[in-house]
Amino acid sequence: MSRTGLINLALFAMLPLTAGAALMLDEPFIITLATKVAILALAGVGLNIALGLGGLVSLGHAAFFGIGGYAMGILASHAQSFVPLMETPFLIEGTRSMPVIWLVAVIAGALAALAIGALSLRTTGVYFIMITLAFGQMLYYFAISWPAYGGEDGLSIYVRNGFPGLNTLDPIQFFGIAFVILALALWGAGRLAASPFGLALSAARQNEARVETVGLSPYRLRLLAFVISGAVTALAGALFADLNRFVSPTMLSWQMSGEIMIFIILGGVGRLYGPVAGAALFILLEHVLGGLSDFWHVYLGLLLLLVVLFARGGIIGALAGREVAHD
Amino acid sequence: MTEPLLRTKGLNKAFGALQATDNVSLTLQPGEIHALIGPNGAGKSTLIKQIAGGLAPDTGQIFFDGQDITGLSTVARARAGLGRTFQISALAMEYTVLQNAMLGALGQAGTVWRFFRPVMQDAALRGAAQNALERVGLAGLATRRTAELSHGQRRLLEVAVALTLKPRAFLMDEPMAGLGTDGSQALTAFLDQLRTEAPILLVEHDMDAVFALADRISVLVYGRIIATGTAAEIRADAQVREAYLGQEEGA
Ligand SMILES: Nc1ncnc2c1ncn2[C@@H]1O[C@H](COP(=O)(O)OP(=O)(O)O)[C@@H](O)[C@H]1O
Ligand SMILES: [Mg+2]
Repeated sequence: MSRTGLINLALFAMLPLTAGAALMLDEPFIITLATKVAILALAGVGLNIALGLGGLVSLGHAAFFGIGGYAMGILASHAQSFVPLMETPFLIEGTRSMPVIWLVAVIAGALAALAIGALSLRTTGVYFIMITLAFGQMLYYFAISWPAYGGEDGLSIYVRNGFPGLNTLDPIQFFGIAFVILALALWGAGRLAASPFGLALSAARQNEARVETVGLSPYRLRLLAFVISGAVTALAGALFADLNRFVSPTMLSWQMSGEIMIFIILGGVGRLYGPVAGAALFILLEHVLGGLSDFWHVYLGLLLLLVVLFARGGIIGALAGREVAHD
Repeated sequence: MTEPLLRTKGLNKAFGALQATDNVSLTLQPGEIHALIGPNGAGKSTLIKQIAGGLAPDTGQIFFDGQDITGLSTVARARAGLGRTFQISALAMEYTVLQNAMLGALGQAGTVWRFFRPVMQDAALRGAAQNALERVGLAGLATRRTAELSHGQRRLLEVAVALTLKPRAFLMDEPMAGLGTDGSQALTAFLDQLRTEAPILLVEHDMDAVFALADRISVLVYGRIIATGTAAEIRADAQVREAYLGQEEGA
């Protein structure tokens, strides 16, 4: 097995091992942290499809994360108050079912990404960054000024939503759900990267003219990548809201977009397991350094600077050395 | 005379005050190599770009197989059967040589909207890519990263990718550049038989290759075609000698 393969395996095993150890030591808080890492990594896996494979530097992915969060919040709040979402022309009720919520989150995220992507992808470079940021901010301010679902204060859900056959209130069981979804997403993203679509998408990042010249449209490739990316990040948002039993405009903020991007940069842009490494390190730093100093973001910034300056392949790149993936 | 496969009609392109393409009308007949020569900055690459897509002419039209393709995108022109190689290599540099060829084969097969099957295990695409690499003599470098290739090897890879497209006409912008004498001779021999598969509009600085290969030669100076003819006619043309060939000998 290659060194990258071993590192990936270790990263993958780290989460259930941590959660399992925490279960034995009766440390539910640690399990919750591991769950948080899995969910944030999932958001990063989503962004990495656009950023790592497609080279699309989106600073608006909090939009999809938040849309997933609000999909959960809106559906669950209607279920908890027994008020249907709408009655005409047909009845739509809220739900407490995680699978239904996930489906709605994924579809809403994909549609939002389709609309935002269709417009943003007509620009490139710094304009693309700015326009995705602008869309994200639009949704953020919309959520703040929309009183029906808590406005600035956000929306609390009293009981975690359910999954058939599981007790989702048990931390280890909810961790299991998040981890399995992360594992599936990693598997899917890996397949995607190696697929015909992945080959063409990644080529469009490297040389747009080349892709056009072989008769493939970079715009279409990128738009689909953006849609898949938005859908995965929205799914992470729904899980994150369920983890906290709370959703607020913070999930839609540009800081959130930045955090998701930081996971990827820390872990290694375009590396399948980069978001796992990055999210784990981020949460670790937040809790170790955050306990020591209120200014832990300064140290995070310093670390980010070091990674960008000296380890362009992120942590995984630094550990794996100059090994390049072939074929 | 047979219908030309490719025809430009009164193409004009100006960059500010500079007339880079000046009323260019030319044809490419089935089975021929039509060479386009001219001094640096004459507008050869600019002309190729307008034909292949990516640069819209100010006025004029381009016809391919009788269809007006002037308004089509680069992607649509490629799909219609224009196989282009770039003067400055446009390749996916992080990819292996084989992966670049696979990309071409994938574009040709039109099976890009597949998301789970590993593309490198697709025997049909792999075969097409490998075959194209063999034809240009790059099969031995299939697993090499493209960024590690010499400039000459990159030009050959450009040709190989164009081959995977099975185009109906080739547009090649200085494929011999950086190849060295042996390499140029090998590519010359290859292009010589390639013309039977699809005609080639060939921009080339290597005069030995041009005079050996071209059925017809057009001479471009300051964006304008000053002469078109066979190798012998072009050699004998006084205007050409003065404007171009003479200069080369003097330089
Ligand atoms: N995008 C552009 N903008 C402005 N000038 C250009 C552009 N592209 C080419 N030119 C100019 O047009 C002329 C023709 O260029 P080019 O077609 O590359 O020449 P050739 O390929 O014959 O050497 C040159 O003077 C060049 O500087
Ligand atoms: Mg040129």
